[in-house]
Amino acid sequence: MGSKAKLALVDALLAEQEARPCAVLTLRWLERHAGLERGLCVVVDHESGRLTGLSGLGVSPAGVDGFSLDLADRAHPLVVALSGGEPVAFHDSGQSLLRAFETPLGNTSFHAIPLGSLGGRQEEIGLLLATGLDDGPVSDDFLWATEMLGVRLAALWYRRIQVDERRHKRERSWLFSIVNAVTDPILLTDADGRILVANTGAETLLTAGEDKREGWRRAVALNNMLFSASLFTSTSESGPTRRELLLVDPSEGRDLLFEVLSAPVVIRAGETGVVSVLRNVTDLRRATEEIEENYRKLRVAEAATRAERDRLDLILNSVLDPILVTDPAGNLMRMNPPAERMFTFPAGKRDVEVERRVRTNDAVFTSFVSNLYAGQSLHWRRKLSLLDPLTGATVPFEAISGKVVSKHGEETAVVTILHDLTEAEEKARLYEQVTRHSEELKERVREATAELAEQNELLRRQAFQLEQASAMKSQFLANVSHELRTPLNAIMGYTHLLLEGVSGQLTPPQNDKLTRIDANARHLLAVINDLLDITRIESGKMPVQRERVLLPELIDEVMTEVEPVIAGTRLQVTRALSPELPEIETDRQKVKQIVLNLLSNALKFTPEGSVAIRLEHEREANEISIIVTDTGIGIAEENLKTIFEAFEQANSSYVRRHGGTGLGLSICRRLAHLLDGRINLVSRLGEGSTFTLFLPCKSRTA
Amino acid sequence: MSPAEEAAPLVLVVDDVDHGREIFAEYLEYRGFRVATAADGLEALDKAFELRPDIILMDLSLPGIDGWEATRRLKQDDRTRDIPIIALTAHALASAHDKAREVGCNAVVTKPCLPKDLETEVRRQLELKTTPGSDAHP
Repeated sequence: MGSKAKLALVDALLAEQEARPCAVLTLRWLERHAGLERGLCVVVDHESGRLTGLSGLGVSPAGVDGFSLDLADRAHPLVVALSGGEPVAFHDSGQSLLRAFETPLGNTSFHAIPLGSLGGRQEEIGLLLATGLDDGPVSDDFLWATEMLGVRLAALWYRRIQVDERRHKRERSWLFSIVNAVTDPILLTDADGRILVANTGAETLLTAGEDKREGWRRAVALNNMLFSASLFTSTSESGPTRRELLLVDPSEGRDLLFEVLSAPVVIRAGETGVVSVLRNVTDLRRATEEIEENYRKLRVAEAATRAERDRLDLILNSVLDPILVTDPAGNLMRMNPPAERMFTFPAGKRDVEVERRVRTNDAVFTSFVSNLYAGQSLHWRRKLSLLDPLTGATVPFEAISGKVVSKHGEETAVVTILHDLTEAEEKARLYEQVTRHSEELKERVREATAELAEQNELLRRQAFQLEQASAMKSQFLANVSHELRTPLNAIMGYTHLLLEGVSGQLTPPQNDKLTRIDANARHLLAVINDLLDITRIESGKMPVQRERVLLPELIDEVMTEVEPVIAGTRLQVTRALSPELPEIETDRQKVKQIVLNLLSNALKFTPEGSVAIRLEHEREANEISIIVTDTGIGIAEENLKTIFEAFEQANSSYVRRHGGTGLGLSICRRLAHLLDGRINLVSRLGEGSTFTLFLPCKSRTA
Repeated sequence: MSPAEEAAPLVLVVDDVDHGREIFAEYLEYRGFRVATAADGLEALDKAFELRPDIILMDLSLPGIDGWEATRRLKQDDRTRDIPIIALTAHALASAHDKAREVGCNAVVTKPCLPKDLETEVRRQLELKTTPGSDAHP
């Protein structure tokens, strides 16, 4: 073997900086110069503690990469060979000394030569598994080459270790910088809780030099205690934990709240520690508390707002007029029940008509509100015609809208109140109707008044004419009376003179005839007087002069006056006066006239029998009754009603024979009425009559 | 009762109607009175002032000065105030009678009146005149 080939390998190996090419170079050199057939170079990987494949000759790359052997398996023949430091020959697996194992070289005999074992170094570098070598000792060239490879690999490893260490140092310093740069305290503690690594933040809290004051040191001691306690109470093997820890700020003495994140880590094989990151959450807590406080305030405010809103709802709902609130986009935000009635579909069965009306209302309302949004004015008022969704009736509304503007001048909503004008319009209509009717009525009243005035005028004229006529009539009657009396005075006067013998004695026939003249003249005078009486009574011109009257006295006078008549008959005339007759207040002359008349009639119409006059006091009615009863001719029933009428005597011829005027009873009844009294008649034809004059004791008008 | 010749009372009968005057004048003369007559109011006043009768029968409806006016004047004159005046009238209405009493007539007699009845009233008035203080009305 020439030294030239060895020099070439050394040069080549020194030129390589990587392990694998060095192994390849050595394997090729051994193949060329030392009879290697196939070979596999495996090396110790200190990090994993395994023997792994580096390079192979006549071995598949998968075989090289797949080779891996645990160095902890100290009984493995290859591990034994590695630590032995001497080449070991392995034959077929059947020839294995200890136990069977496989290599990528297959089921064949091979040698395992430790790398770099010649220098007597203790370090285990690797093995070269080689085939094709003769039994017996491995050649010197082969051993030299493996020695060279071992030396070179060791050198490369050493350098790599140095580089790694430098790098590690650098990285470690970076790491510390990073860790220190983190303001949160970070600590690594071992299983006993001793601090292995602490960054600046952690040191501030947990370490104190001699120069620090007493308070500081005490705070640090306290912190250490607290931290350790927290570590032991909460450390978990399984994974990271999170807890809160209250420590003391040594510089200021105030409490600091930390959130501690702890995670178990492997410090070295078989030993675990704990990495703790402390996050100062003091401010966070304060912030959280503030947030909570704000949240609480918000809740309160929200509750207040809700209450306010509820109250607003109550208010809105209590308003009978529809109220709608729309947002600036024209969308409905709120409405009260009356509004819902107009603008929402009623719950229950669907009704096409109802929905159409609601949609119509919505369109009308939207159009109305858009006017407000378009304009600058804050308020808007207009009449709207909506449809009652249920009945379809047109409902007139006055819509009053107002913009709700925020402090910043932003339009936030539009509130619209719809005021139902139905009633107002109805009232207006009624008012108009009433006014019209009133006008009509006024017109009618005017017409009626005019007509009335005309009628009045007519009546007045008629009254005037009547008055005139009446006056003329009275005057006429007075004149007639006067004109009748004057000649009658002459007739009666001369007759009287003759009968008195003023013109000498008369013969009996002359006397008889003059007496007839006298009687007829007297009758005529009676008729005239009666007519005049009736006229005066009827025209209301008969004066009534009331005075206190003693009736017995008055009856005496009447009796005296009719005495001559009685004397000329064979009648039995009686009078009966009830004792205790009161005085009455009446017109004496008229009472006398009535009684005289009744008595005269009785005497006249009673051919034979009796005539009685009786006075009684009816206490209950406070009346006086003057009763004249006769047994005379009587009055037929059919004549009873008309007997008091003027010129109505039952038997005219008979009356004339007795000198009656036919007006007596008529005057009597009129006079009785004039004195607030009355005359009653009971009579039967042929059996006589009873006339009763009733007079009030005290006149009503007195 | 028959008055003495020299003391027979003088009655002034006033009436525009001839037969009216005649009936009462004739009857009263027949009954023993002295009688003077007048046919109208003016004459009645003249006769009354001239003759100073004891009593006057005064018709009310007279031409010219009527009976009421004549009576009023006589009753306002001291010479004739005390002479009783009996109004004689064919007016039967109360108004005519009241008016007669208002102007001073001592009595009112409605025509037709029987001469005998008139004489009764005349005597009554003459008696009242001699016994003053009594009620002048009938």
